[in-house]
Amino acid sequence: MDMNQKYTARTWPESPEKTTLEGKNKFLGFWLFLGGETVLFASLFATYLALKDKVPGNDHALAADMFELPLVFIMTMLLLTSSLTSVYAMYHMKNHNYQKMQTWLLITVFLGLAFLGFEIYEFNHYVHEFHHTFTSSAFGSAFYTLVGFHGAHVVVGLGWFTLLLVRNGKRGLNLYNAPKFFTASLYWHFIDVVWVFIFTVVYLMGMVG
Amino acid sequence: MAHESTSANPKVNYEYRRRKARDEMRGQVTSFAMMIFMTFIAFIIVIADFDKFYAFPVLLVLAGAQVVLQLYYFMHMSHKGHGTAALFLYSGALIAFVTILTFLTIVWW
Repeated sequence: MDMNQKYTARTWPESPEKTTLEGKNKFLGFWLFLGGETVLFASLFATYLALKDKVPGNDHALAADMFELPLVFIMTMLLLTSSLTSVYAMYHMKNHNYQKMQTWLLITVFLGLAFLGFEIYEFNHYVHEFHHTFTSSAFGSAFYTLVGFHGAHVVVGLGWFTLLLVRNGKRGLNLYNAPKFFTASLYWHFIDVVWVFIFTVVYLMGMVG
Repeated sequence: MAHESTSANPKVNYEYRRRKARDEMRGQVTSFAMMIFMTFIAFIIVIADFDKFYAFPVLLVLAGAQVVLQLYYFMHMSHKGHGTAALFLYSGALIAFVTILTFLTIVWW
């Protein structure tokens, strides 16, 4: 099969991400990767839960002293909305509307950047206001490793989308790049899945006690 | 969704596929609305300052429900051809659960 064959909306296959063998393999391999990511984040969550609020002295701030609900709420809405915009992008991908797909992916990238901006502000705030650093306590190490690892995934996801958009800017949508866009959007949804657990387990349950 | 048979001659199914894609999109927007709603409930539970004995289970169920919506509607796991994907993900989830359970019970400080 010629990967660079030109398609129109009418000749475009129903599941372009799984039409080629390469696409099928990417799809399967990527879900295996997501299973591994689940285990990886579980170990970080487990470490965080075991070491939450474990600080060496009374002068150290605890979770309930630092976390602010409005900030977490905004970050949650940004990431959740960016998940929807990448769903829109994949809707247009399946309808072979390349321009709309690009537009929605670009919106997704901007929402992700906004999320990242808030996270940088948050970490900076904790370090300067509460002296809550990576090395200040077991709690600090576990917190920054878990939330920071998620933030690093956001950075990778944004870089992935951006590179795909730039590399395929003039190529148009075909069976060569459709699986690439599809896996990147799966990755982005998975980042939101992890964030659902972070805002619930770390922030909301951290505020309750 | 992942029927190779329909992609063999896409022209025949064009209108049908468009309609199906629109219907799927409607489902996805509905699940988005539900996720927003559940997020609101979760934050309200924390603001209302319920006892953690009641708050924790509800918060965890809300998170679980949101993740199911995300996996099955946003990540298309409700479509056919996701058997192996589900096997991979649920194997990961099982190990995840055991890991967290272990750390919560044997780590102390």
